[in-house]
This record gives sequence, structure tokens and C-alpha cells, in this order.
Amino acid sequence: MNFIEIADIDLIYGDRSGVDKGTATLALSKAHLSVGRNEFIALVGPSGCGKSTLLKLVSGLVKSSQGSVRVGGEEVTKPLKNVGMAFQNATLLPWRNIRDNVLLPLEIVEPYRSEPKSELKRARADELLGTVGLLEFGDRMPWQLSGGMQQRAQLCRALIHSPSILLLDEPFAALDAFTREELWGVLQSLWMHRKCTVILVTHELREAVFLSETVHIMCARPGRVIASRPIPLPRPRTLDMTFQADFVDLVHECRHHISLGKTL
Amino acid sequence: MNRAQVERLAPWITALIFLMLWWLVVKIFHIENFVLPSPIEAFTALYNFRYPLMIHGLATLGTTLAGFAFAVFFGLVLGILVGSFRLVYSSLYPLLIGFNSVPKAALVPVLVIWFGVGTIPAIITAFLLSFFPVVVNVATGFATIEPELLDVLRVLGATRRDMIVKIGIPRSLPYFFASLKIAITLSFVGTVIAEIIAGNNGIGNVMLIASSNFNVPLVFAALIVVGVMGVGMYAIFALLETRFTGWSVRGGGLEHAVGG
Repeated sequence: MNFIEIADIDLIYGDRSGVDKGTATLALSKAHLSVGRNEFIALVGPSGCGKSTLLKLVSGLVKSSQGSVRVGGEEVTKPLKNVGMAFQNATLLPWRNIRDNVLLPLEIVEPYRSEPKSELKRARADELLGTVGLLEFGDRMPWQLSGGMQQRAQLCRALIHSPSILLLDEPFAALDAFTREELWGVLQSLWMHRKCTVILVTHELREAVFLSETVHIMCARPGRVIASRPIPLPRPRTLDMTFQADFVDLVHECRHHISLGKTL
Repeated sequence: MNRAQVERLAPWITALIFLMLWWLVVKIFHIENFVLPSPIEAFTALYNFRYPLMIHGLATLGTTLAGFAFAVFFGLVLGILVGSFRLVYSSLYPLLIGFNSVPKAALVPVLVIWFGVGTIPAIITAFLLSFFPVVVNVATGFATIEPELLDVLRVLGATRRDMIVKIGIPRSLPYFFASLKIAITLSFVGTVIAEIIAGNNGIGNVMLIASSNFNVPLVFAALIVVGVMGVGMYAIFALLETRFTGWSVRGGGLEHAVGG
């Protein structure tokens, strides 16, 4: 059995019984998804297809109307603990410097929570910041950093407590193309060095193919996974590979699935 | 003179211009001093009555600060509750707004029936007038937390207490300090109103007695005392604000951001 197993999920947004009956929409219908332990998968699809919703289902932040979500063999009934999350907005705390922002999860997650704030924790944050090229920026405040650097810091915050699951909701969508491609490399090496299960939601097909082991393509209204494409490219993948024929073919194949989904 | 010096002098120059205009209006229209005394007469009264004004001014300051302290404490607690629990918000907010719409001056006689003439009704009036902005601002700070940030914390297994302590309170501090500057001035208004209606000391009481004796220069001297105390307290809280929430002010404000 896979590490994350989503089966037959129906999810209805809005009020089904109250006064706002008309606002109820079927966000997901008969959605399936399985993710192996330490696998890196990408969810792609048109906007409004329920990618982010599926992400929240895995973390237990939303509950499905029907079907089951299992993580590590156990049914998810309430928000999981010890998950890392990152979003399009860096959502760093503006009153903390970068290092203290990265250390935030250690103030919440056990067993680190009970441990005193130590040089060890500080070193841990600095080591992680070093791997994304932010070592000298630990004492800076978030607004002093560029958007790309803030996203690096956010990735560090999502990983500092060594979560078993990392959920990424379009983390690079607001960045310019060069910074984004640079961060693909950063994220890839983070994942290769500290194995964890990653679900990346994105609308950028090249990003999905570059980073993931499997690309799951979703269609909209109601949202569900219509195709899953394993990406057999060797690691570490480089930006040069994105211009080679096999990479381009994979991107085209995914795009083809998405356009099929639109006409369904 | 450089820009910083001009900025430091600007409020004094404005105040001086205001006093000169006041003086000019009184002189040009030959206004009697029991209608509108000139600033010179007002300051003369301020000097002549400096001891009673100081004693009553300090009484007013004490009453105001007591009411203000209650307002800050209850405002903070209520603001945190309203901002972080939806049920508290929906059940309490309409009542709060209705309560705030009641003219507080009309409540003073009722307070006198309950507590007698003196300081207590004034403290309560100061409290009633000033606690609402604290509640609203703190609640706003809590309500405008990015939902993504709360998601990040929730999937770490954070308790509600974690979210309030780590995110909510620091996040709402700028709002809180902004509200203190409003609340302290409103607190003075509340105290003086109560002292005028039912006080046996304080600046409001001085004003009541002075105006019944047609000593209008003294009324204005008392107003100057309240005004100066208000500006002084405002300045103290403005200083505390920059001290504690410097992170929320990146540069010199909008003007500098736009004008460079």
C-alpha cells in the first residue's frame, strides 16, 4: 500500500443545507491519488480544478464529503502534525528575522518544542539556510530580501523540522522565469538530500516534469485525476535537459492530457 | 535648514500661526473676553491660576490614566477573543457596536446614581469612551492574518494558544498601538465630560465653575491644559509604538516611498 492513498473522494464546497444552497459546488468527484513514500509528485491542471483542495485533503485541513484519505495507513480525520507547507506568498513573519522565521516550526513541533532554544537549533537553521544560499541573510528582516530569497526562506521553514510530507502550493508562481528555474534546482537538491514525500501543485508543466517522479494531470468541474505520467528522467536533472527532446516530449504529452480534459 | 529640522519645527510653527490667527480674530472683531478671550488673556489666566490648574490637571490625568488602563486591559482581552473566536465575534460584536453608539455623556447621571459624585463615574466614562477602538483594532489585527499562515501552523500541530501567542499578538501590535493613540485622547474627553457633569475636582470641574463665574479666560486656560496633556500622552504612545513595532514601518511612510 502506498504512503498516501486517496480514494473515491467527493468534496462539495459551500453550504448544502442552509440558505446558500445555490453556492454549493462539486470541487472534487471520484478523485484518486496515490503517492509512494519519499516520492516527489506534481499535480497539474487548469485553474479551479481542485489541485489545492486535494493538497488540503492530504494535510487534513479540509474534510471530504465522501471517500477516504489515508496517510501511512491511517485515516486522516484531523490536521496532520509535522507537515511542511509552502505557498505562492512567502508568508514570513515580518517581525522576525529570517533565521527566527525558519525556526518557527521548532517552537511548535514535538520533540523540538520542549527543548530549549539552543545554539544547536540555531546551527540547524543556519545549515539549512546555507544549502539554499541564504547563510549570510539569517539576521535580515523578510522585507529586506527579494521575492526569490523569501521563497528560499519559506522552503527552509517548511523543512526545518524534517517533515515526512512537504506540500507545495504553487510556490514559484509569483517569481520571474530565471529565479523560478534557479529554485527548481534548489528544491531538487533539497529533496534529494533529505528524502521526504513531496506534493507540488503547479500550473507550469515544465516545472512539473523537471521536478517530479510522476505528474498527475487533473481536469476541472468536477476535479479529478485523469492521467498519471511517470517521469523516468535521471537525477539530478539540469536546466539543459529541459531543452532535450525526451523532456519536451513529456511536456507535450502532459499538455495533450490537459486539453483532452477540457473537452471531456 | 534641512528637511528633518523643518519637520521638527513644523508643529510649533503651526501652533504659533494658530495662536496668532486667534489673537487677530479677537482684535479685529473686538470680541469681548467673556465670549472669546485672546490667547494672551488665556495664557495670563493659565499663569495666574497655575497652582489650582496643576492640582486639578493632575487629578484629571490620574482619572484619565485609570480609565485608560481599564480600557487597554479589557480592550485587549476582548479584542483577542473577538478576533480569534468566530462565535464570540458573531455573538458579541452587535452588542458592542450598539453599546458604543450610546452617547456616553448621557450615561454620566446614571453612573452618579450608582456610584455617587466624584472620581469613579469619571473613570468609568473615560473607560467607556476609549475601550472600543482598542477592541476593534486588536480584533482587526487578528482577523487579517493570512489564512495560509494559519494553515502552515495548523499542519505543524499548533494549538490555538500557539497561534494567538506566536502570530496573533505580534501581528496585531501595530493595530494595538495605533488604537492607544486614539484611546488616550478619547479617554481625556470622557474624563472631562464626567467632571463637568458631575465632578468635584479635575479640570472639567474647574471649567464648570469658571464658566458659571463668566471667567472665560480660565475656561480656555483649562482647555489648554487638557490639550497639552493630550498631546503629551499621544507623544508617549507614539514613541512606544515606534519602539515596539518598528518592523511594521519600513521607511519614512507613504510620502517618502512615493516621493523618494
